[in-house]
Amino acid sequence: MKYTIALTTLFVLAISSCKKDDAPLYNNDIKAELSVEFDNIAGSSDLQLNTGIYTNAAGEKLTVNKLKYYVSNFVLTRMDGLVYTVPQDSSYFLVDESDETSHAPVLHIPEGEYKTLTFTVGVDSLRCTKDISERTGVLDPTDKGADMYWGWNSGYIFFKLEGTSPSSTSAGNVFMYHIGGFGGYSSATINNIKTVTLDLTERGTPKVKQGKETNIHLMVDIMKMFNGSSNVSIAANPVVMFSDYSVSIANNYTAMFRHDHTEN
Amino acid sequence: MWRKKFIILFVFAAGIIACSKDAVEAVFAGFEKPEGFPEPVYRFADNKITKEGFELGRKLFYDPVLSANNTISCGSCHIQTSAFTHHGHSVSHGIFDRLGTRNSPPIMNLAWSTSFMWDGGVFDLDLQPIVPITSHVEMGDSMSNVLTKLRTSSMYPAMFSKAFGSSEITATRFLKALSQFMLMCVSNNAKYDSVTRGQAVFTTDEQAGYKLFQQKCGTCHQEPLFTDYSFRNNGLSISNVNDEGRYAVTLNAGDRYKFKVPSLRNLDYTPPYMHDGRFLTIEAVLDHYAGEVQSTPNLDPLLHTGDQLGIAISPKEKVQLLAFLKTLDDRHFITDQRFSEQ
Repeated sequence: MKYTIALTTLFVLAISSCKKDDAPLYNNDIKAELSVEFDNIAGSSDLQLNTGIYTNAAGEKLTVNKLKYYVSNFVLTRMDGLVYTVPQDSSYFLVDESDETSHAPVLHIPEGEYKTLTFTVGVDSLRCTKDISERTGVLDPTDKGADMYWGWNSGYIFFKLEGTSPSSTSAGNVFMYHIGGFGGYSSATINNIKTVTLDLTERGTPKVKQGKETNIHLMVDIMKMFNGSSNVSIAANPVVMFSDYSVSIANNYTAMFRHDHTEN
Repeated sequence: MWRKKFIILFVFAAGIIACSKDAVEAVFAGFEKPEGFPEPVYRFADNKITKEGFELGRKLFYDPVLSANNTISCGSCHIQTSAFTHHGHSVSHGIFDRLGTRNSPPIMNLAWSTSFMWDGGVFDLDLQPIVPITSHVEMGDSMSNVLTKLRTSSMYPAMFSKAFGSSEITATRFLKALSQFMLMCVSNNAKYDSVTRGQAVFTTDEQAGYKLFQQKCGTCHQEPLFTDYSFRNNGLSISNVNDEGRYAVTLNAGDRYKFKVPSLRNLDYTPPYMHDGRFLTIEAVLDHYAGEVQSTPNLDPLLHTGDQLGIAISPKEKVQLLAFLKTLDDRHFITDQRFSEQ
């Protein structure tokens, strides 16, 4: 009998020590902040708007005056397999190189250690067809999103890169890449909505916990828009908007994003 | 007994007062689907039409403050007496007299329209006004600037308050109010409608023209709205502008040179005709179909049977068709005070 009691005591102790081990570090019920920094670069240089001169794979020199793109629909996967989708209404961001405050969107996600980050470059097709009352903030086509919206062909411009290049044949040597296309409302059209998934385990997993700041630092190499599976030549295509060629550009820029490091 | 009579009289009088009050309020009936029309496609659930919202929309529609230099209103190019088109202009001139490339379409029966613009590039009526307001050849402004002007005006905050319950002026409210006005512009009082309702009869020529219309035109210009809202190439010669129509929106080679089939209601009031306003008269349009159709890419199969291009129409049939087409003119619509600048 005495022996049984001792065994039971040991067993209970063992259980409680187990609990102690994995319990208090993260609380699944608490949402904490994680910022995702989109650090725009050009090859191995930090991107300098209006002044930096860069050379693409086609050998063309270029200067960037404007860079804007939507990132949305963030999904994160935790080490324990939990897949967390950030609620849509707080999951649309417009990264604008000229606006420092737009570079690091803040997400609120359950505490824990995360292994992958997924997001959309652009705006999902459903939101592209929503009532005007559901197009708020950066999606407001009459305000913050006005510069990223085609009125004549109702839809968002997902990615916008403008600048000048001596190789450009258009007036003022400008080049303009306005890439959009959500698949069409009543007729099928080009779909340039892109999803990017980044593995975070190689360069440091974010350990998200209330009371501390965690940041995933991404490098976004705009030269990848020019240099990819098909090299974009400014001389051949100085202005690309809603056209079939935009598909090649969107395919290229999907590769712009890489995880550089994590600040825990 | 006397007292009882008095009470009855009082109740009766109260009843009359209540009735007359009802009658005043009943003047604004909201949006009503005319008998015989299909179900509208506009999402009325997202925009309940009220008297105040409609009146605000009308005020905005006729206000040149919606343009960059406060000179051009929606009503400048959509004139009621021309069924809300730009009479006499093949293509419209907007701000600073800049010319567009397309003919201003009528504003009528938009609750049934599945897309907007000649190429269908806009799929939601609420998003449509953004296009002319921001187009540099039309009103040349930015939406945010227009909204700022409205917010600082002396009358709009109160009108928005009446229409939407608070004086806040948002893009959503602005666009929904404009939609309310445009949706109310229903044209269903042409002679054709009276005949359909059994209140009038066609003349012999009109009746003959109606039969011809049903055989030769009615597939695309489907009754009772006189369009099937499809996009088709009707064999116009390709102009120097080389407007490729629907193709610009879909990038589908099969859509090259296709434009939306326009309604034929109020046809007499809406010259010139076609997406670029190239035909000045209805006769010229009939002449096109009878003998000038060109075999351009994606010509509609209905205009190409065997070796024959176009639609066979004899001179006599032309007269009859013209007689019928005139029965689509809705005098009541183009003179209805509710839709006029107040």
